[in-house]
Amino acid sequence: MPRSLLTIGATLALIGLAVGLPIGLVVLGVLRWGDDVLFFLFAEVMIGAGLLVVTMRDIIRCGLAMIVCFGALAGIYVIAGAPLVAAAQVLIYIGAISVLILFAIMLTQTKDAPTSLVFQTQSLGAGIAAIVLAVIIGLTVGSTDWPDVGARIHTATDHLAEVLFNEYVLPFEIVSVLLLAAVIGGVFLAKREEGGPP
Amino acid sequence: MSDSLDAYLVLAGLLFAIGTFGFLARRNAISMLMSIELMLNAVNLAIIGFGSFIPSLSADGSVIAIMVMAVAAAEATVGLAIVIAIYRNRKTPLVDEYDAMRR
Repeated sequence: MPRSLLTIGATLALIGLAVGLPIGLVVLGVLRWGDDVLFFLFAEVMIGAGLLVVTMRDIIRCGLAMIVCFGALAGIYVIAGAPLVAAAQVLIYIGAISVLILFAIMLTQTKDAPTSLVFQTQSLGAGIAAIVLAVIIGLTVGSTDWPDVGARIHTATDHLAEVLFNEYVLPFEIVSVLLLAAVIGGVFLAKREEGGPP
Repeated sequence: MSDSLDAYLVLAGLLFAIGTFGFLARRNAISMLMSIELMLNAVNLAIIGFGSFIPSLSADGSVIAIMVMAVAAAEATVGLAIVIAIYRNRKTPLVDEYDAMRR
């Protein structure tokens, strides 16, 4: 019982820190009230859930954390001014891919999977490589002079539809054929052999 | 912060690095597929960031992001089908036990 109380306390403290940090930054004048605070909150939730996806022992919880990560990312898309992409994110990633992955987890779960070792032996090197990659990307982003306008441009959905069905109509059709091929291939690969092992 | 392209790109880089770590470090094949999904989402976030801050890319960014999502759905379908097919033969989802071509 004290252990579960400790878990609840730690979770509450973490939520308090996550909410308190942007508010503190607003008070300090680093963030402006409004979109900045929302962006910061979504970014925190996204990175935190992403870290949980790659570090938790129980893989089904990793799948659920991945849903939280994708949901926060959809919120960031809305803030960035791409509402149709946010809707597609919710439909495709949260609605379809996450459910597919959860079903695959349930089909391949062994009894001793959560108790056995989660990480490869190379995980220390992988961690160092990931940190180096993040630092390199951060330095590159910081030192490059992007030709941006410093303000968000809202993408109107009707304009997006015009572009999608005029300029990008060939890629659109190719993607539809690719999806058909992938669905047929997936069914063929995952179906049971006649008289084979169950 | 939400009005600077750098914030979106740094966020995308962080998510991509997390995905890289997961792909290299996890033993479970489905965990590795989830890490690939994280990396695809990071790239999508960078594309949306460019589309939302560079006027000439405004609609193209969204179109390309939607295309990436469709390709990611195809990838997830085929990848998970392969994992399930391997699991049926080898009875384990752990990639370091798939050593049939090494012995």
